[in-house]
Amino acid sequence: MADQREFFYRRLHSFLGVVPIGIFLTQHLIVNHFAVYGEESFNKAAGFMAGLPFVLLLEIFIIYLPILYHAILGVYIAFTANYNTKRYGFFRNWMFALQRITGLITLVFIAWHVWETRVQIGLGNADLDYSLMEGILTNPFMFWFYIVGVIAAVFHFANGLWSVLVSFGITQTPKSQKIATYACILVFFVISYLGVRTLIQFAYGI
Amino acid sequence: MAEQKTVTFIITRQDSPDSTPYEEIFEVPYRKNMNVISGLMEIRKNPVNAKGENTTPVQWDMNCLEEVCGACSMVINGTPRQSCAALVDHLETPIRLEPMSTFPVVRDLIVDRERMFDALKQVKAWIPLDGTHDLGPGPRMPEKKRQWAYELSKCMTCGVCLEACPNVNDKSNFIGPAAISQARLFNSHPTGEMFASDRLEGLMEDGGIGGCGNSQNCVQVCPKGIPLTTSIAAMNRATNIQAFKNFFGSDNAH
Repeated sequence: MADQREFFYRRLHSFLGVVPIGIFLTQHLIVNHFAVYGEESFNKAAGFMAGLPFVLLLEIFIIYLPILYHAILGVYIAFTANYNTKRYGFFRNWMFALQRITGLITLVFIAWHVWETRVQIGLGNADLDYSLMEGILTNPFMFWFYIVGVIAAVFHFANGLWSVLVSFGITQTPKSQKIATYACILVFFVISYLGVRTLIQFAYGI
Repeated sequence: MAEQKTVTFIITRQDSPDSTPYEEIFEVPYRKNMNVISGLMEIRKNPVNAKGENTTPVQWDMNCLEEVCGACSMVINGTPRQSCAALVDHLETPIRLEPMSTFPVVRDLIVDRERMFDALKQVKAWIPLDGTHDLGPGPRMPEKKRQWAYELSKCMTCGVCLEACPNVNDKSNFIGPAAISQARLFNSHPTGEMFASDRLEGLMEDGGIGGCGNSQNCVQVCPKGIPLTTSIAAMNRATNIQAFKNFFGSDNAH
């Protein structure tokens, strides 16, 4: 039997994008949204998440390792494609290209975001509270960097959800794939709203 | 007497597999209802380019001349399609002809589509029936199934879907949409079904169905209107189930 590792790696890559990474992304943005209800509520929510038992193990197995795997194989996938939206400007071909572009943007954003928050907190240089994010996001450049990063991440998740439905053979007919497209557009707007609303709260206090 | 109307062809030529491609322009006498191939035949009759220089006749591949063999695929005005079915009256002029870029060029517009036939071998896209004795009549096929399977059987291995696929290129070993759909066709056949897992194993091999990135260009460009993306999604489901059966074990894993 010839090698089937590539098949397994690709399926694992798809699966990890939703479970746990997509679920974590959604959860992360929902918890952050507590900021909109005031500094107190954000600190309470963030404190609860940071105080979960075995938090470092949870982070490693639910967040770091899956994202690292998804990112490394993802970069390889992004650079082995031959982008041809100029010649074939179909909607799905654009989504194909954007999926890979937003993936790369998200990778840069996450690397910076983790360095600036989780790593600094771990090193004892910062505290996990409202003022940490306020300090970062009141800088207009960082605010826009975060806006782009968050929207890219959410797009990558929403469109990835559509691809997973195909890659796992759940949506087969053109009709089901079309309805899945609408559903994923809805997911994109709802989760983007959560993320962007929170960023505005941190940056402008409104 | 009115002057003879001509059609301008701008053709990307290449003298040998390793030489550098170049463009050559031809003025071909116009005839009513001519297709791209009849234009190429005119050049073959009188291989003189637009500058009036003698040149070698342009080489191309063809066979059936009725859009069922797939041999004459080339990129015509930026769109990969069959040159036999490309009518000059329906094309913008000048008409640009290029070889399909996904495949190695043999000469001029002739490309080597061997990778497609290798892909069919990888997924075992046939039904083994050879025997030394009469096996009797095969099982019957439900009419409804026959109808959609017939659509899949229209594939002529022309290469247009591979040309449009962003994941079929020299950086990847992806076999492309055509062979995936053929695996579905032969797995739907009542006799072919007996070897279904062999084809699914082929699809799961390196370069197989895992290489699909869902850009769905294939279904948009297929000259036969084959539901390639439906085939890919169906084979995604089948290969995933096969992978579970293989790993966890099942009497139906055969």
